Amino acid sequence: MKIAKTGNEAMAEAMRQINPDVVAAYPITPATEIVMIFSQFVADGLVDTEYVAVESEHSAMSACIGASAAGARVMTSTSSQGLALMYEMLYIAAGLRLPIIIAEVNRALSSPINIHGDHSDTMGARDSGWIQLFSENSQEAYDNMLQAVRIAEKAKLPVMVTTDGFIISHCMEVIDMLTDSDVKKFVGEYNPERFLLDVKNPYTLGAIDLQDYYFEHKMQEAEAMKNSGKIILDVAADFNKSFGREYGFFEKYKLDDAEIAIVCMGSTAGTAKVVVDELRAKGIKAGLLKPRVFRPFPYKEISDELSHLKAVAVLDRSDTFSAYGGPLFTEITSALFITRYSLPVTNYIYGLGGRDINTDALKKVFEDLLKNAASKKIENPINYIGVRE
Amino acid sequence: MNKKLGWKELPEGDILEAGTAKNFRTGDWRSLKPVYNAEKCIQCFICWINCPDSAILVKDGKVVGIDYDHCKGCGICAKECPPKATAITMEDEKK
Repeated sequence: MKIAKTGNEAMAEAMRQINPDVVAAYPITPATEIVMIFSQFVADGLVDTEYVAVESEHSAMSACIGASAAGARVMTSTSSQGLALMYEMLYIAAGLRLPIIIAEVNRALSSPINIHGDHSDTMGARDSGWIQLFSENSQEAYDNMLQAVRIAEKAKLPVMVTTDGFIISHCMEVIDMLTDSDVKKFVGEYNPERFLLDVKNPYTLGAIDLQDYYFEHKMQEAEAMKNSGKIILDVAADFNKSFGREYGFFEKYKLDDAEIAIVCMGSTAGTAKVVVDELRAKGIKAGLLKPRVFRPFPYKEISDELSHLKAVAVLDRSDTFSAYGGPLFTEITSALFITRYSLPVTNYIYGLGGRDINTDALKKVFEDLLKNAASKKIENPINYIGVRE
Repeated sequence: MNKKLGWKELPEGDILEAGTAKNFRTGDWRSLKPVYNAEKCIQCFICWINCPDSAILVKDGKVVGIDYDHCKGCGICAKECPPKATAITMEDEKK
């Protein structure tokens, strides 16, 4: 059914259709609407969910962990400082292998305080053991939420589905929603193998684990993340078969015959597609690769898709403050190196604190790429665009 | 615990089966050892009530000794044993 929805509305509708057992959340801009709309669904009796109003995001994730360990299907939503406040609990959720879902709306981190969209918050959680799915628009946010449930429960890993704050969360777009019964059938029932309320099969969860066993458990977690790649692809294939929308580790846009390309995640990919089309009309072989899955990082697949290019620009909507570029850049350059590909790759950090990225800025990046492709050299590996001097 | 399990054998996600604490020999931690004297014992069960490690052995409704596999040597039993009885005394653990 085609219907106009904001990113937040799309994610809240997905949660309604998934009908989780427990939602524990603390509202924060720009994700507030997701739990606000969802709590209305609870009040109106449209879902069977136990809604837990908590006093902080740390408590929200703690309550989610408790409920998930008990055997419930659990979701929450947050953003920015909220995700940062969940920090220690994120690692516990992943370490206990609990399939919790966060609808995460990307927003800048303080300081300076800022409520607008960039990827700093989500990137801060990139090594917490959560699967991370990025969405370009409301449709992808909706579809990713539905797939996240299946991925999380099969991989026994938590999943965060992200949209870009305000740019997607508050923009109305037409999305194609599935029927309630189709979603119910697709996500299925949650039947965990082990759960704490299974009183006939008692066990201890989260015991202290020192030099003798901690490493083995972390190895299991690393292996689970490695194996989740296939699960993500299998769920995407089933989604495509059922509903005719294609997903994978990434989306390629006019990439196969491209000579130069941009790599970027989230809403900026939409702008980049417009620029690619304009350049193609002028006979310039431009392309785009938009990673959807940042964790696990599909390094081989991304390297293979980029290997034929003459120059690549990786766009990061967050900085690592490492004096060595953004997080997507460092992943991609190291991936290319260990898969033995050598090509000029440059980094552009952009859009911090929700600063607009427009088509002119992206055209400038492609102009730089044409130069790099011709010279086979890199003048400035790390660049900041759209910032005043 | 005898053989340590590898990551492929362990249950996933920091799960421990219930009732496995008894397999862990905390008695190895002891520096002082409680010694039980059956002749002096008045069967008041105060040591059994107070032992934090459930290491007072009971058989047929009577205290019969100490479970040295799990006694950590805290000395609470000796301290709580009524002064007129002093059926439990602490001695240095001989290593």
